[in-house]
Formats: sequence, structure tokens, C-alpha cells
Amino acid sequence: MSRVTVRIPTPLRPHTGGADEVGLEGTTVGEVLQRLGAAHDGLLARVLTAEGEPRQFVNIYLGSRNVRGLEGMATRVSDGDVISIVPAVAGGAHKSQRTSARRA
Amino acid sequence: MREAEEIAQGSPVGACRLGRGFLELRIEEAVPDLDRPLVLMCGGGTRSLFAAEDLERMGYHRLYSVVGGFARWKAEGLPFDVPPRIDPNQRERYSRHLAIPEVGEAGQIRLLNSKVLLIGAGGLGSPAAFYLAAAGVGTLGLVDHDVVDRSNLQRQILHTDARVGSSKVASARHTLEALNPSVEVRTIEARLASENVEEILGGYDVVVDGSDNFPTRYLVNDACVKLGLPCAHGAVYRFEGQATVFWPGYPKQRGPCYRCIYPEPPPAELAPSCAEAGVLGVLPGVIGLIQAVETIKLLLDLGEPLIGRLLCYDALRGRFTELELARNPQCAYCGEHAIFPGYIDYEQFCSRAG
Repeated sequence: MSRVTVRIPTPLRPHTGGADEVGLEGTTVGEVLQRLGAAHDGLLARVLTAEGEPRQFVNIYLGSRNVRGLEGMATRVSDGDVISIVPAVAGGAHKSQRTSARRA
Repeated sequence: MREAEEIAQGSPVGACRLGRGFLELRIEEAVPDLDRPLVLMCGGGTRSLFAAEDLERMGYHRLYSVVGGFARWKAEGLPFDVPPRIDPNQRERYSRHLAIPEVGEAGQIRLLNSKVLLIGAGGLGSPAAFYLAAAGVGTLGLVDHDVVDRSNLQRQILHTDARVGSSKVASARHTLEALNPSVEVRTIEARLASENVEEILGGYDVVVDGSDNFPTRYLVNDACVKLGLPCAHGAVYRFEGQATVFWPGYPKQRGPCYRCIYPEPPPAELAPSCAEAGVLGVLPGVIGLIQAVETIKLLLDLGEPLIGRLLCYDALRGRFTELELARNPQCAYCGEHAIFPGYIDYEQFCSRAG
């Protein structure tokens, strides 16, 4: 078991009571994320597919490396590692997602 | 073999304009091959003869000195061109650039001849366009179909209270021309779409993506990939921002495109509107200016562009983090042997995703 930090992006912070970082234990990235999901209702569905893989608009990083280029969810973690959840961000201050092309 | 002031009057087309003063220091870089024939020219034919003696001592041995020099070249009607120079006004305006060896007069001239297109004259586009105009980027294109709203003024610094209700691109042009009248501001008051994107993006050197919605992000990406253009990308959300450069066509280091990183946009319910979420007004200033810095670096071929790296700024923590962005060799748009699949219905793509 390693102790790691998970960085929560702003849009997901309502699920963590506003916390931008959560400390967790686990042996792999997948295990850490499952524990994150178990502790914070509704969060995991926004990050992972039903099969437990990162969704198409989310990347999971271990340190500065995308886990897709490592061993995915099976990538092993070490004490002090930082896992970052990085969803696609559109930009600035539009009013309606579908109909407006207002600029940031 | 002439001095800088003489060279400024013109020299044969394609000539190496080294000057006499630093000839011995510069010749080896300009002509590393000692066996290459060198034709030396000065104003009248004397200095080039002496220069040939010096170069012979350095090991060059196929040397020719032009009798009568440039005066005769010109008199005989042979082709010459006048190298671009910056005028005294520009010399004063850009003096702090000229003082940087990496920019200098050649770099400033390059900026003056450059064309940058900004997608959006909003939170990101405002600071980027403002500084690019100040830096002397010769042509700035601005695409935006929106009008200035009072709620924009908290961050969109090109606009003013008096211009609430007027067109954003016209307002932006007003501010940019007041700062630097020599910049050509092209306003494109249109909404980017598959039908007009290539016509609008074509002819620019760099695209700065300051859009705020996924359909435009994917459209701009696809067009940049197709046209081989670098895209300085930025995005902001509350206290967090990201910047990178997407340019799969970069000759020195092939990076990813937006689709390599995010093959699909989030479904609308997971992409919260920033009008509700809000954004710290200063934050797009930070990110937009990183986009502007990257743009200048690309235009001048300086340093290491933010290609294949996502620079994330967490304003609350006061922390910059760098994440690797890898290419997807199977990417349908920029992957190996990819044939451009064509533009799609971006609104539909982004509303049904997830």
C-alpha cells in the first residue's frame, strides 16, 4: 500500500466537499481511484467508464505521465505520488453549451 | 564586404550580407565549406580584394573579387534587392526587442511580417491580442461574432464601458490601433463554421485559440491540422488554467493535436457553463499571455515551444504543473498515414458526446 495524493479538478470539487486534493492509499492507479469513488459519491462516474477506464474527455496522470502511456489503471503507485484527473476544459464564459459560440 | 549602412542601400539578390567588420568571425558559420567558391563584393572593388587575402589565410581558396564592386553591379543593371529595415519610429518603439540578441532587428522584422489569427476577442484573446499588437506582430486577425456585454469587462480588457453593445471585433480594433497604429487589424465578424474555417484561417502563421466552447475547439483543431498551422491553445475555469501548443506539423518535434488528447468532448451536463461557474477575471490574463508568449516563440523559432506539454496553472495554490501530452499514432486527424476525414457537424458531435 502506498500513500498518494489525488488532485481534483475544479468541476469535480463539489463531490469532494470543495477539496482540491485528497490523500488515499492503494497499490495501483485504478485501486486509488476506486477508493476515491467509494469515499465520494458520484465522482467516479464522471471520470471512468463502467469498465473502469478513463472516459474520452478525461486523462489520468501519474506525476507528469498520462497513465494511458504507462500501464493504464494497473500502473503501480509509490509513496508520495501525485495522481491528477484532467478533464477537457472548453474555456471561459459562454452562456449556453449548445447554442452559443460566445468567446472566453 | 561592405558596412551595414551600405548593405542597407541594396545588395545582389541572394547575397550573404556579412559586412567587412565581422567577416572573419561570421564567414565560417555562413560558409563552412572551405572548397566552396566565394565571390566577394564591396563598394568599388578594393576592400573585397583585401578581404580575399584574409579569407585565403583562413583556408578558402576559390576566391573571386568583383572589379568595380556593387557600384558597377548596379550600373550594369544587374538584379539587387534592398533588405527590409525598420524605420526610426519602429526602432524607438521596439528598442527593448532590438536589445535582445534572440530578437534583434531580424526578429522584429519577422514579427512585423507575421500574421496571427485570434479565435475570440474575449478573456483569452484580449490580453493575447493586446500584447501581440504591442510586440509589433504585423497583422492580427480577430474572429468573433459577439457584442460587448458589461459582464465581459471584468476580464476582456480590449473593451470599454462605453462600447457595451457594440461589436467585439470593432471594439478590439479600436483599442489595438490606439496602442499600435501600424498593426493591421483584420476583423472577421462571423461565427466559425466548417464552411468558412479554411477561408478564415488560411494565410496566417499561428492561430491563437481563445474560444470558449467545444464545437469551436474541435473545428479549429481540425482546420489547423489540415492546414498545418500551429495552434496556441488556452483554457480557463474559475481559478485554473491550461495552455499548450498543438502542432502535429512542427518539423522539429511532432506533437499531438487536440483530438489525440481528448478524442471526444464531455457531454453537456458534465461541461458546466462558465457563466454559472465563473472565472477569476485575472486568470485569462495569465493564460492568454502564455499563449501570446508561445506565439512569439513560434514566429521567431525561439526556445522550446509548449508542444507535447500541458502547462497547468492553479492560481489558488500558486502552482504551475507540467503534464506530458502524447501523440496518438492512431489519431484519425493527425496520426501516421491519416487522411483528413473532413469536417463534421461539430454542434451535434459535442451535444451527443459522452
